Amino acid sequence: MRRFTYYEPESLKEAIALLEKNGETARLLAGGTDLIVEIKQEKKSPDHLVSLRRIPGLQEMDFSDGELCIGAMVTHRMIEKAELIRDKYSLLADAVDNLGSVQVRNVATIGGNICNAAPSADTAAPLVALGARLVVEGPAGERQIPIDEFFKGPGKTDLGAGEILRCIRIPALPQGAGSCYIKHARRKAMDLPLLGIAVIIVPDANMVCREARIALSLAGPKPFRAEQAEAFVTGKPLSEEVWKQAGEIAVGESNPRSSFRTTAAYRRKMIGTLIPRAAAVSLQRVNRAWMKG
Amino acid sequence: MAVKISFKLNGEDVSINVDDHVTLMDMLREEFDLFGAKEGCGYGECGSCTVLVDDKAVNSCLMLAVAVNGRSVLTIEGLAGPRGELDPLQKSFVEKGAVQCGFCTPGMIMSAKALLLEKPCPTEEEIRKGMAGNLCRCTGYAKIVEAIKAASERGCSCGKDS
Repeated sequence: MRRFTYYEPESLKEAIALLEKNGETARLLAGGTDLIVEIKQEKKSPDHLVSLRRIPGLQEMDFSDGELCIGAMVTHRMIEKAELIRDKYSLLADAVDNLGSVQVRNVATIGGNICNAAPSADTAAPLVALGARLVVEGPAGERQIPIDEFFKGPGKTDLGAGEILRCIRIPALPQGAGSCYIKHARRKAMDLPLLGIAVIIVPDANMVCREARIALSLAGPKPFRAEQAEAFVTGKPLSEEVWKQAGEIAVGESNPRSSFRTTAAYRRKMIGTLIPRAAAVSLQRVNRAWMKG
Repeated sequence: MAVKISFKLNGEDVSINVDDHVTLMDMLREEFDLFGAKEGCGYGECGSCTVLVDDKAVNSCLMLAVAVNGRSVLTIEGLAGPRGELDPLQKSFVEKGAVQCGFCTPGMIMSAKALLLEKPCPTEEEIRKGMAGNLCRCTGYAKIVEAIKAASERGCSCGKDS
């Protein structure tokens, strides 16, 4: 593998200084499951690798005042094992469940997943649906970026020079919400999605849709909310037929591309098929939560 | 640039100077003559380089050696007891014929070890999910799953000593 200099700064300040000093020749190293592969494949060739593993606080998850804060260096495995996430943010648990292998999930981080901005990132659509905000620190101090403004396109984010993602803040979901993420892939394990479908449903007591959120990945150049489909469902009874129509509306809002993995036509067809399916699972979860009391 | 790192390797404290860009797998093989972890794909797909770091399964081909500074690494060579008695998982891999060419076996056993450390009595589904990152091109997996099940049924992989 190409030679580089490795650093383990012990504070964000120190890490930011290293990035500023080395500019384009430096890369941040989180879990490394993407970056090390890319260095081996000579797709990336940094001279300086700045590891975030010794910076305190980045590996913590905190739930207070209804808001969940996930540190950038929290691994997918930690999220997978967190009861609270499985209970309250099922769609995020779904997203990490089948990402890579145990070996990958043990080291790959949510911050790395987001900051690489691969169109196939499994946590992207759930975080967009959840309305996450990214807390970023840089030379000019801290700022927060809504996730839908963070992604700028494949491999591109809003992060400026010297900026580092510190944590991901996820606002509380309304009471009685049910959610689901479907990773549509060829294999059950060790595969990248062909499509990612995230749905959150908030029904009222009469099973009329009070709020719906639909976020899609690989259905366009970056993850997005299918706002017309969401507006269509809101205020309607949560029936299969309504969701079928919502799926078709979302197809119209999508602009998937053909890639070596699959065709645009297939992706469009599956968006219409999978949105009702994700809605059905979300609804089952609402019901299960109610029965649990 | 070479960096001095210290860590626990198969229960023993070790220190070594290692270059920044060397992977954990290359260090284990080239500096410590531990040839159990093998490079299959080199990209974290096949699992034949699996070792445990702080009791968690990782792909040693994707981890930098410098990143294990201060941590604990367990490889297949560290599984057997002091008099060479095999770990229950190793025994049941032998008994069930879960080995054919053997290239994937060290990685398989280390993944299974991590699984049983965390969950001493996994269901078959949990075994299959836990082993999803380890590819075997010979066995068809059935005997591997059987061997892990047998080891867990003996209830012997719960502790590190058996």
